[in-house]
Amino acid sequence: MDVAVFWVLAVLAVVGGVMVFRFDSMARATFSLLGSLLCVGGLVVLLGLDYLGIVIVLMMTIEMAIMAVFMVMYMMNPAGLMPMTMIHNKKGAAVVCGLVFALLAAGILLAPWPARRGKAPADPTMELGMSLMGPQMLTMMTLGMALFATIVATVVLATRRGRYDRFGDDLRARHADDPVRGGVGR
Amino acid sequence: MSLELFLLPAAALFSVGLFGALTQQSVVMLMMGLELMLGGVILAAAAAWHYIAPAAAEGQVLIVVAVTAMALEMAIGFAVVTALFRSREIDMTDMAAELKE
Repeated sequence: MDVAVFWVLAVLAVVGGVMVFRFDSMARATFSLLGSLLCVGGLVVLLGLDYLGIVIVLMMTIEMAIMAVFMVMYMMNPAGLMPMTMIHNKKGAAVVCGLVFALLAAGILLAPWPARRGKAPADPTMELGMSLMGPQMLTMMTLGMALFATIVATVVLATRRGRYDRFGDDLRARHADDPVRGGVGR
Repeated sequence: MSLELFLLPAAALFSVGLFGALTQQSVVMLMMGLELMLGGVILAAAAAWHYIAPAAAEGQVLIVVAVTAMALEMAIGFAVVTALFRSREIDMTDMAAELKE
């Protein structure tokens, strides 16, 4: 049963990935990518990592929904459903990617992989949590800081008015030039 | 099933994603390529954890890092596209070439 599930998910993941760049509509490409990444989540569950697999499935579903919204926003046609081709250097990239796959496949098939060491814990989720809250705390803190920095950076990038709009070109103005007055001390 | 059997689709996903990242002109499509590449990395890390060192939690931590990288890449990518679109009304990489100057 597991073997059949593996083959179905593996083939669907790769075919979905290929179709992302074969479809000539961005909306279809988004859902193809969603299908491919859901299969990756399924394969992770098959490997015994239930929690991480479900996290991947949930995250990708939301992420691709947001991606579809952004595509509709930035596409120059209704809902991104019109045919379009926006690629460059297709042949060169195909050669590079073919070579990369050949090298990776050769490494995978020829490398002397070590034998399995140790036994999977009864509850891998508990093991992950204990690790992140213990010996891997620095990793957790780094990820937390990276997430926080991302929140700040995305707000700064996405906001319409920057500091140059508010304080002028040389940033020397004593008060910000805001369209609506208010806030602390103003 | 074996480690090699899981690593081959992971390598295929990585290569297909690389193709997208190299060829796509639309920034959003380029990000899709990056997502596929990270999907391949996640699958490879999960397979390595399962078939090489299931007792070590570090393999799982690597997957958490890759999943977080996926989320950050998308959030920052969309913010950059929004800033780019707002200032130049473009969403294509070729038209943003002036950024490197």
